[in-house]
Amino acid sequence: MTFWLIEGAYLVASALFVMALYWMNDPKTARRGVGAGVVAMVVAVAGTLFNPGIVHWGWIAGAVAVGFLLGVPLSWVPLTAVPQRTAVSHAFGGLAAGLVGAAEFYLWQGEPESFTAFRTFALVAEVILGFLTFTGSLMAAGKLQEVRWIPQRPVTYPFQNLGNIGLLLLAVGCGLALVWKPIELAYLFPVIVVLALAFGILLIIPIGGADMPTVISLLNSYAGLSAVAMGFVLDNKLLVIAGALDGSSGLILSVIMCRAMNRSFTNVLFGAFGQVQARSGPAEARTAKKETPEGAAQLLEMASQVVIVPGYGMAVAQAQQRVRELYDELTKRRIEVKFAIHPVAGRMPGHMNVLLAEADIPYDKLVEMDDINPEMPQTDVVLVVGANDVVNPAARHDKTSPIFGMPIIDADKARMCLAIKRSMNPGFAGIENELYFADHTYMLFGDAKAVVGDLVKQLAGGSGMH
Amino acid sequence: MVTLLLSAGAAEASPETFASLLFVFLLATFIGLGVITRVSRLLHTPLMSLTNAISAIAVVASIVIAGRDHPPVIHLLGAVALAASMTNIVSGFLITDRMLKMFRKPGEEKRP
Repeated sequence: MTFWLIEGAYLVASALFVMALYWMNDPKTARRGVGAGVVAMVVAVAGTLFNPGIVHWGWIAGAVAVGFLLGVPLSWVPLTAVPQRTAVSHAFGGLAAGLVGAAEFYLWQGEPESFTAFRTFALVAEVILGFLTFTGSLMAAGKLQEVRWIPQRPVTYPFQNLGNIGLLLLAVGCGLALVWKPIELAYLFPVIVVLALAFGILLIIPIGGADMPTVISLLNSYAGLSAVAMGFVLDNKLLVIAGALDGSSGLILSVIMCRAMNRSFTNVLFGAFGQVQARSGPAEARTAKKETPEGAAQLLEMASQVVIVPGYGMAVAQAQQRVRELYDELTKRRIEVKFAIHPVAGRMPGHMNVLLAEADIPYDKLVEMDDINPEMPQTDVVLVVGANDVVNPAARHDKTSPIFGMPIIDADKARMCLAIKRSMNPGFAGIENELYFADHTYMLFGDAKAVVGDLVKQLAGGSGMH
Repeated sequence: MVTLLLSAGAAEASPETFASLLFVFLLATFIGLGVITRVSRLLHTPLMSLTNAISAIAVVASIVIAGRDHPPVIHLLGAVALAASMTNIVSGFLITDRMLKMFRKPGEEKRP
């Protein structure tokens, strides 16, 4: 009876988890997905509580209370900080998997028949994945949060990759030894934990800020896989299913991020991208044309289709609200305004969409790169706000450029381009942007928030004179 | 036999159980890949926070470890794992819903 109560609850929860993700295919049904997820979680937890072995309710209640105390404030973070929060929650997921694995390992010491080769193998996988995800995600969160003692720039040293792989192999080797003799060699277990913790840190150290979207997705996948391994250890199908859903989601997002930057997994993990590129390119003294807010406002007013290309710089300058006002002013004049969203705009997959949605911009105006590019030649004005590398035409033709081959938004193909930029200094990757020197590009120098604010003022003032 | 389901007795942890779990893993991964590729790119950030909350289902394992009769150290491991999973569940669902509320179509009033 109890068996079916618990298994039944897990069966319902598995189905609801799949439905929850299915409903995420459309913003209209997405909130229903969250509801399904919550119901599934409650059903699964309620079912588990029927487990006859549970006697210490105080421990459970206390831990649940701590979870609420930490979890509720964590959900209030500003949307610019969502990538860090996500990394922290991957860390917690990894920690939970690692700790459950450790608890099982030491419990089994008293019942040696538990150590079948398969289960011990799964346990070792769970612990390694769990603990490396824990420290790796904390490092990623630290880099995203720009914690002072964690270097933003990739840190590299000789034999780094070799050393890291050696460390991982050592951990796996110890793990295999445990599979062989789990009781006699039990002292190897803490060694594995320490190696996994160290590997997590060392894995992230050489990875630069620009690669964080990929790294977060990859860590998401690891967190899912550690839950799968836990399912194998405990013979629990619900854990395997939920972990596999999480793991495959992380995998897909990492692939999308890698493609959007034209890089491979190995290149992201071992390539130390984002270093200052010491390019000795031809230093021709090209000059960019400057435009005033008044002139730019007139250009925008005469357009019939405007495409805005936002980058993370817009969020740094906190210009979303101003951009939204600009959108309102232009839409009032029956000008078609769309936003071109590059997959790596922002600091995690889909980040830019959330930032613009928060500013109350309707989601049907947020257009993906592949859908907006064919429209570019018919676009009158492109306005680049805080984006840089994702609109650099060098990615298409300059084989010496570090971003060569990366898919970009074809801002240069529009009839006219306005680019807001603080100064002519090269961007994050230290690459000069050809777009700024094109014949039909006009620069608006200044802080993104102030410049867009000026444009709005010009348009709002101008409309009064008609 | 008191040890139901979780750590369901060593004797049952046979290669057959392991094989059937591999099948479950394989099929669930295919379902995951199929469902996730259909998720709107608009929603990839909420998707990640939702899958995060979902994979915190590890909570069921921590509950059993924290709640059974064990030496105190094991209780502590279980309780920390439980608190970590619970944090992910609570913050994951709440922030996903908070983000999804912001997506609106033109003319649509902001939902409460």
